[in-house]
Formats: sequence, C-alpha cells, structure tokens
Amino acid sequence: MTGIEPVHTPDVLVVGAGPAGLTAAARLARRVAGEVLVLDREPEAGGIPRHSHHTGYGLRDLRRVLSGPGYARRLVQAATAAGATVRTEATVTGWAGDREVEVTSPQGRFRVAARAVVLATGARERPRPARLIPGDRPAGVYTTGQLQNVVHLHHGAVGRRAVVVGAEAVSWSAVLTLRAAGCTTTLMVSRFPRPEAFAAFTVPGRAVLRVPVATRSRVTRIIGRSRLEAVEIEDTATGARRRVACDTLVLTGDWIPDHELFRSGGLPLDPGTRGPLVDTALRAGRPGVFAAGNVVHPVDTADVAALDGRHVADQVAAWLAGRPAPEREVRLDVAAPLRWVAPGLLRPGDPPPPRARLLLWTDELVRLPRVTAHQDGRVIAERRLPWPAAPGRVFRVPWSLLSGAHPAGGPVTLGVR
Amino acid sequence: MTDRTTGAADAVHDVAVVGAGIVGAAIARELSGHELSVALVEARDDVGDGTSKANTAILHTGFDATPGTLESALVAAGYHRLREYAAATGIPVERTGALLVAWTAEELGALPGLRAKAERNGYDRCRLVGPDEVYRQVPSLGPGALGGLTVPDESIICTWTTNLALATEARLRGTRVLLGHRVTEVAVGAEHTTLHTSRGPVRARWVVNAAGLGADWLDRRFGHDRVTVTPRRGELLVFDKPARAMVDRIVLPVPSARGKGVLVAPTVYGNVMLGPTAEDLTDRTDTGTSEAGLAFLLGRGEQLVPGLLAEEVTACYAGLRAAIDGGDYLIEATPRQRYLLVAGIRSTGLTAGIAIAEHVHGLLAEAGLPLVARTGLPAPPRMPPLGEAGPRPYRDAARIAADPAYGRIVCFCERVTAGEIRDAFRTPLPPHDLGGLRRRTRAMNGRCQGFFCGAAVHRLLATHGRITEATTEATA
Repeated sequence: MTGIEPVHTPDVLVVGAGPAGLTAAARLARRVAGEVLVLDREPEAGGIPRHSHHTGYGLRDLRRVLSGPGYARRLVQAATAAGATVRTEATVTGWAGDREVEVTSPQGRFRVAARAVVLATGARERPRPARLIPGDRPAGVYTTGQLQNVVHLHHGAVGRRAVVVGAEAVSWSAVLTLRAAGCTTTLMVSRFPRPEAFAAFTVPGRAVLRVPVATRSRVTRIIGRSRLEAVEIEDTATGARRRVACDTLVLTGDWIPDHELFRSGGLPLDPGTRGPLVDTALRAGRPGVFAAGNVVHPVDTADVAALDGRHVADQVAAWLAGRPAPEREVRLDVAAPLRWVAPGLLRPGDPPPPRARLLLWTDELVRLPRVTAHQDGRVIAERRLPWPAAPGRVFRVPWSLLSGAHPAGGPVTLGVR
Repeated sequence: MTDRTTGAADAVHDVAVVGAGIVGAAIARELSGHELSVALVEARDDVGDGTSKANTAILHTGFDATPGTLESALVAAGYHRLREYAAATGIPVERTGALLVAWTAEELGALPGLRAKAERNGYDRCRLVGPDEVYRQVPSLGPGALGGLTVPDESIICTWTTNLALATEARLRGTRVLLGHRVTEVAVGAEHTTLHTSRGPVRARWVVNAAGLGADWLDRRFGHDRVTVTPRRGELLVFDKPARAMVDRIVLPVPSARGKGVLVAPTVYGNVMLGPTAEDLTDRTDTGTSEAGLAFLLGRGEQLVPGLLAEEVTACYAGLRAAIDGGDYLIEATPRQRYLLVAGIRSTGLTAGIAIAEHVHGLLAEAGLPLVARTGLPAPPRMPPLGEAGPRPYRDAARIAADPAYGRIVCFCERVTAGEIRDAFRTPLPPHDLGGLRRRTRAMNGRCQGFFCGAAVHRLLATHGRITEATTEATA
C-alpha cells in the first residue's frame, strides 16, 4: 500500500506547529532553497497557546505581551509569511525511513521524505489513570489541556465548584479558565510543603483569585458515580484525610513529552525528561533529526520553546550545509533533588544551548541555590545563583558553568544545595 | 430501531431475554434466527455496559476448566464458535498464545497436572517448557521463573465488539432491543409473563434470565431461591502501547485455590493489561478502583514484568464478575413457568457466549418451545476494525481517498477518525453516551485521556458524529 502513496520531498519537515515548530519554520524558510513543510495534527496551527486565553505570551521571543491565541496567530503568520507551508489535520503516524514519515490527512495518506526533520511535538499533562488516583470514574475530571479546549475552543460548560491539583503556573492558568467558565476553585492541592515554592503565582493568586492552597497534600480518592461529587484529600504529613465537595477536578502539570515518534523511531530518550536525549545543537540521535521545544524540556514557557525553534533552525541549516556533528560527547546528568537537565549531551566544538542556558527541574525548593558540577570525581564548577530552584517550574543555569568540563572526560553530574 | 421510550405495551413476545451482555445478546441472536418474536430487555442505556465490558478479553481454549463441568464443555465449544464468528464479523482477535509461568517449586510441580487436565478438557496442545524456553518466549519476565506450560491457542479478543456484534445481529434478525428497561417486578401468568420495567411492561411467553449480577434477584421474582450472586471486583491496569513490545503473549500465573491470579496480556488495541484483582463485594454497582487494589497490581507487575512499570498507565478500571456458589455455570429451565435461568457465568462467558446460546436453544426446545429455523436471515454485521492487527481506517489510503472523513484523525493517541465516529452513530445500535462511543471506536481511550481530543470528541458525541465547524475550525 505504501508504494502507491505520493511522496513529498521538502528540504525540512517540522512536526508540530506550536511555538517551537513555527519559529523554526519561519527562520528556516528564509534560509533554505527548498520547501519547509510544517505538519500539525490539530485542526488549527499554534499549539497549546491557542487555548490559553490569559496574557503573558511572547515576552522573550517577540518582545511584546500577547494573549495565547494572539501569540499563536502571530507565529503562524510569521511562518507562512516567511514561505513555510503549514498543513493542519495532518498526523504523522510513523516512520518510513531515516528522515521519511507516513502521514494521514483528510487530503489523503502520503509520505514525506525530507533532508532534515525537526520534531517539535510538545508535552501533555498526565491524566488521571497515569496518576493512579483510585475511586469512582465519574465525569468532571479534566487535565488543563482538556479544560481549556472545552471552555475556550468549544465554548462548553464545566461545573460550579472545582478542586485544582497542582499549584504551578499552569495550575493558575486552569483557575483563570475555570473562572471564565463560571466555576469557582474552592481548593488547590499541592504535594509540596511551602507555598513559597511558587511565590510568583501564590501571592497574586491569593490576593486576586482568593484560592486556598492545601500544601503537602494529595488526592487519594475520587467520589461520585456518574458526576463527580467530592474528592478525598490526604495531608501527607499527618496522614489525615478529608472530603472536599466539588463537581470538577482539574489535574494540572506533571508533564510528559509527546515522545511517541522518538520511541517508534528507536531514538534515544533521556530517562529524566522522558523526552529525546539531545545535545546542545538539539540533535536527537539520528543524523538530520532534531528536537525542539517542550518535548525536550517538559515544560518551560512558550517563548522559551519558541527560542529553541530559532536555535534549532541554525543547526538544521548547518546540517543541510554539510557540517557534521562533533564525534565526541559528554553525558550530562543530575543528582537529587534535581530530576533532569536538558540538553543531556554536550559535544566539544558545538554551540552553546538555546539562550546559553541549561534547563533543570527540581523536586525541592532551594531558595539560594549553590549549583555544582562534578566530573570524574572532582568538582569542575560551583556557583551560587540569585534566583531560587523551585518545583513546578524550570530552573535555568548559565551554560558557562560547564566551561571547565573536560571534552574527553566522563559524565558531568549537576547538583544543587 | 431500538426502542428506548416504551415497552411493547400490547405485544406478547415469544421470548424476552433479560440482560444484553455477551450471554443475553448471544441468546437473543440465536433465538431470533428462528420463527420467534424476541425482546432483549436491558436495564442500562447500552448493550454490554455491565460485566461484559470490563473483563480480561481473553478467548479461552478452556484448558484449565474443571473437566466434566458444563463450563468446560461450553468454553471448549464456544472457543471455536466465537473464532468463526469473529472471522465472519470482523471482531478483532489475535492468537497470541499463553504461557503459564511457575515461580515456586509448588507451582512447577503443578504444571504436569495442568497439562493432564487440559487433555481431559479435550485440549492436547499444551507443552511443558524449562526456564530457558520461558525467558526465550518472554524475555521481559522478571527473575525467578522456574518453568512453564504453553497454551498456543489462547487468544486475545475485543469484548466490546463481540457484545456489539451479537446484539447488532440479534437486532438485524428482528429482536426488539429495549434499552433503559430495568425490570422492577415480574408477574407470571397462565399464558404469558409480564415484566414490569422502568419504561412500562414487557410481555412474553418465555423469559430467559441472563441478568448477570442481577440474575439472583430476578430469579427470586420467579419464586426461586437457588442462587446468590456475589459481585467479585477485578481491578485492571492498562499500559501504554510501547509496553506491547515487552509482552507479545498472555502470561498466566499457575492457578491456585484462591483463583486464577494476576495475568499480564497484550490487548488487541496494542496495549498491555495487568490484572485482575479478586475481591468479593456486596455493592453490585461499585466499579471504582481502590488504593489497595492498585498497589497490589503494581507490586505484581514489578515481579512479573519489571519494565512494564516504566510505561504510562492509560487506564485503571474495575469490573464485577457475577460469581455464584458452586464451581459451574447454572443453566436450568423451569417449563411450568416458561422460564430459564442462566447464572454463574464468570469471565469465561465471553468465550462461551455463543455455545451457551446454543445450549439454551436445546433446553428451550426440550421444554416445548417450538424452534423453527428461519431462512433468508440477514448476513452477519461487519464490525468496525478496532484491532491494531486489522485494517485501521487511518492507514487505509484507498478508504481515505474515497471518504476524507477517514483521514481526519480526531483522537490522536488511538488514531480514531471522524469517519469512524460518524459511522458509530449510523449503526443499528448507536452509542448513547461517551462510554458507548469509546467502546465502539476507541476514541479517548489512549494515553492523553482527552488532553488533546476530549473537547472535540464530546462535540462529536453531541452532534451524533456530524462534523461541524467547531470540530474542524478550532479557534473562534
């Protein structure tokens, strides 16, 4: 069957028309001779910002402040204005070669054989089954993604009284969406001990939205046979459990990269991020295949993902111009309480990572972090940073920390205390 | 059409079958192949919405049944019947084979007896294998396996499609499918029995009780006191598709006095299933999952296939098996009441359903119900191809070219197209709610659980599959 399918042969295929993919396509379309083709499975390009109606988008990449949908529109316009082709409702269903994929769309089943491929497939929130929350299986349990789809794209109704799990940036985004839909958030539930861990949002959250936050807590049971009636909340310090009445439960954060194409292609994953293992050029383990955006670092803000796109565009152009990857590589990894670092590889001779930052994720709040790097049993760098390492958001560390890494040495382990 | 609003107030059916699970649907299909008027009376708003929707979805050879029981005979016969029926209707089946794994000396010692038992059940293809062969067959198994017994014909099947195919064919043959008709009282008359239901009376000369978890309650309405159904909860975990590479066949524990234990099996949708637990309950509606059950399953999974736990869990659910005392099916006719009870059909009922229906046919004929085979029966329905091993529409270039709706993927994780969702609403038994749509199409059954597609799927549910502007044009 595949033999009779038409084959498209762009110079570059970008999978995913979110901030990273669109930004990469816009930059590449001006630099390469052939076509830059962007495929997205959604009915409309733009990615997650399409249904995130609050403001704050575009700060770092466009130097302006936009709403999510406005930001998404602008990125789509920029890519198409630069000459990229953006196709929606086009799902990449698998690989047909090293840089060749199979696609299903209403216009038909086809293949795309490109000289370079950028996978910018983003991330999703873990839904209820993956969080193993026991209890009944009623309607009224959402992730933020589904909630915002329902409210902002489909103008559907949710309930009147919500509990939101998580207290990070996306959680507050969910609270705003619930408010827009006429639903009051009665409680936010965080497993972390201190609300200061997310001070940037907790303070305005408490002031403006007046939502109480139950810290050091988790949902232990969902109650309600057809419609959600309540959740059981456990105080993890004391083990005490209580019932909180609600008809809507939103499970926020706990991001997992949409890494299926990397896995089905046998590309290496980073055990920490569960996304692709990339180097600072965002190469994804196969010549000519790159990754960018929140599939690499689940998740940073949309503008950081967009700047990944800008960075990867230059690396793709270099690959198309025939520049090979340096052979030698040094693995980066982390020690607790850090969970992951991205990129996970450095190659001597490569450019610094996007924005010259290492992105890390911590499971504990460290207010005045001292970051260390060890290699082959010795400390190669130690630096105190003036910003906190806080759970629920990416902790950014200057790339210069690794300037002393030995190019022929063993893995570099990053720590924080 | 199905009739959700009224009972057949004046009509007297020849037979009313209560319960539209696998067994009731198979019986209605069998009987409506004869010169009879048949009603299929179901309390819920859909067929196959109770016990039959949440089992381990295994097509059993019956190798481990108790020899000489009715269950043994009907499972062995049902295996072949359902395999033929699946081929005729397109029910997804994969003959993966099974491997019983012994983890203790006691279990290892039990394997030859199990092989002998299989032979007494008429199944002679089991083979004893040593630990090397066990690990060759399933390299992902945890350490400590001492040996195994292969059952090369055990298969996996789609229980939802099986139930739906049987009920659809019953409907096509003229069975009146009465959904949302909960039986509340029974009046046995001289000529016919009246089933009072939540939507009015249903009259029939004969009543077949295939009410599953409610079979004992209904049996008592006929004045009997011979059976007590104990709902036995089985919790299951489903792992995401990358896990399928680790488990390409059914991995069974050696059965003990406490039941069949926890198995690991691939699913026809390309996932891996772990379960079930076995816990007797009193509440016949409690299909919730429990903290203890999930913890127990994760512990077992860690021992059986350690790599499994690194994969995402895409579903946690619980089913209730209609367990009764005594180790066998209980199928008995009471001719003076023109009444027949089908009880104690455990998880093997998926396999045995069609054979149970044929057995019921025999008992009814003996009891005096005239069964004259009809000619010119409609062809069996062709069911949607839900199985990963089959021709999924999203990868069928010719089908997409003929109808672009099959190229419009709505549910990304399970790759369900708008065309399939639309088709589900054009069948003789369309979905009634999201659960029904999920069982007919797999929409929203995947790893994201609606993060991406939930709103679009709900929209299609509301419009009965009509592809509207809001489905395709996202932002206002």
